[in-house]
Amino acid sequence: MVTGPRRTVVRSASGAGQLGDRVLFGLCAAAGLLVAFVLVEIIYQLISNSSTSISRFGLGFLVHQSWNVHLTEFGAAALIYGTLVSSLMALAIAGPLGISIAIYLSMLASPRVRSVVGPLVEMLAAVPSIIYGFWGLIVLVPFIHNIEPGLHSVLGWIPLFGPPQTTGLSLFTGALVLTFMILPIIASLSRDLFLTVPGELKEGAAALGSTQWEVIRGVVLPSTISGVTAAMVLALGRALGEAIALSFIVGDVTKINVNLFAPGATLAERIANQFLGVSTNLQLASLWYLGLVLLVIGLLTSLTARLIARRFDVERSMAKAVMA
Amino acid sequence: MSAGTDLKVDASLFDPTAPLTASGNLRRRDGVDRLIRYGATVAAAIGVAMLVLVIYAVVSKGASVISLGFFVHNPVGLVGGGIAPFLVGTLEVVAIAAVIAVPVGVLTGLYLTEFAGPSSRTGNALKLGLDLMQGLPTIVVGLFVYGLIVVGLQGGKQSGIAASVALAIVILPLMARSAQEVLLLVPGTLREASDALGVSRWRSVLTVILPAATGGIVTGAILAIARAAGETAPILLTDSVFSSNSVSLNPFHGIATIPLYILTIADQAIPEAFAHAWGAAFVLLVMILFANVLARVILARSRAKMGGS
Repeated sequence: MVTGPRRTVVRSASGAGQLGDRVLFGLCAAAGLLVAFVLVEIIYQLISNSSTSISRFGLGFLVHQSWNVHLTEFGAAALIYGTLVSSLMALAIAGPLGISIAIYLSMLASPRVRSVVGPLVEMLAAVPSIIYGFWGLIVLVPFIHNIEPGLHSVLGWIPLFGPPQTTGLSLFTGALVLTFMILPIIASLSRDLFLTVPGELKEGAAALGSTQWEVIRGVVLPSTISGVTAAMVLALGRALGEAIALSFIVGDVTKINVNLFAPGATLAERIANQFLGVSTNLQLASLWYLGLVLLVIGLLTSLTARLIARRFDVERSMAKAVMA
Repeated sequence: MSAGTDLKVDASLFDPTAPLTASGNLRRRDGVDRLIRYGATVAAAIGVAMLVLVIYAVVSKGASVISLGFFVHNPVGLVGGGIAPFLVGTLEVVAIAAVIAVPVGVLTGLYLTEFAGPSSRTGNALKLGLDLMQGLPTIVVGLFVYGLIVVGLQGGKQSGIAASVALAIVILPLMARSAQEVLLLVPGTLREASDALGVSRWRSVLTVILPAATGGIVTGAILAIARAAGETAPILLTDSVFSSNSVSLNPFHGIATIPLYILTIADQAIPEAFAHAWGAAFVLLVMILFANVLARVILARSRAKMGGS
């Protein structure tokens, strides 16, 4: 690579080199500081802008159900309920489905099939939320409205599948759209985890006479369970914070309703729907307060996923040490 | 000893000439195994079918309005004409966001790999910060930029630049983490060789380390930018007031974007405009999926190059 005679540079003796090093370090450190500044500033903005609402409602905001601009009553309980129900339902569908896809991709599919199906499933994550929202509104909502009576007559003994409403706008439809959005997260992260399980362990179990499922249940899943859990928490965090796709689909109605087919509202979706049309300052501050609740939820899910994944890293490196 | 007696007892029941077939417990285990394998295969088929469902809807409803005029004409109301201002606006807002976030992201990645050791406290704090930033709901990012720039700096006036800053916050953590991972893959021998020649750190970063990681960094940048191009929540709060009659390039005024165009039509529920919204969705989806495929191709190429050398 280097041709011709080359000047020997002792690093400490080179003034230009030292200056360049300092500049580069300064730039890199400034970039890191910018990340810290943004995070601190986000927290500051959310707290200062919601202060009117915080001082008026306090923590009671979290358990108060009504959201009424004219009566100046604002509470997040119904929105928190809608957020949790839609996200947990999406996770309940996408979790098993995503893990099954990961099992297929990492252990059953031939390399050629894997290299096609894997990227296709990941593409689900690339579709923008506005397209999911529009598709949900135009295609999925009418479809769900048509199948609700059927679901109600078969599963109606469960209170969740109550009588259908006049439109297909519901937490149920919202949860289905969230399923599309979080499935690729769970599937691709779990697949990567399954691929890290050492071949010796799987072959050892197979040599003892295990069927493929017994290898999966006895070796692959137990050794990756914390990583898979972390992936599910990350996916849950994504679902909890989704605003745009749900703003068209769930109906934006402030009411706690056990019936999944009834319209509802979520935290993020309420902000997207009302922020630009606020009529009072208290309403504006309350929307900021919702943002603060979302921020706390977002930080908690990230931290939880990190904690679980770190434990996983420790376990994995211990396993490696034992194997070596 | 008892094994011998067992064998004798069994021998009376056992026909050694019968063909070997699974029975009882083994058949049950086999059945469960087969069930799971079929189930996993069906799950993968469902996953692909979900993508096909969405893409089919967008293509079948959107492709019919696509023509050259759709790209170059201004809209007529919300139901006619083309989407030129929205297309140009999306490209502009995303490009400014990329210009802000990609260099900062690469520098952050460099800090993590070149200056902070693997167990350094500042490095770990920075990684935590990036994780938290990535986990932020995008609507919260929109709120933040609304408070900081729209209200704080521009007196309540929304603008394209505010949207760019919001999208930059979406891009930054993705860019930084992918840059960090790619830089970690640069062989240590390259760094050592450079050090052994007495090259100063900044020159080896610029001439050895970054060039070796270019393929991966470009891939990460494309994926992060494509992700931001479809984000709607941050733009909704920072850049939703614009004149959509013509292409406007001044980022300190409102800039029209494709996501906001679709959102407006969906919000006002104008069935006559749905075809146009589907067309806009088609254009957006094709751009984003194309970027994803491009990123994969570049990654595969740079991997082949790294492996070959």
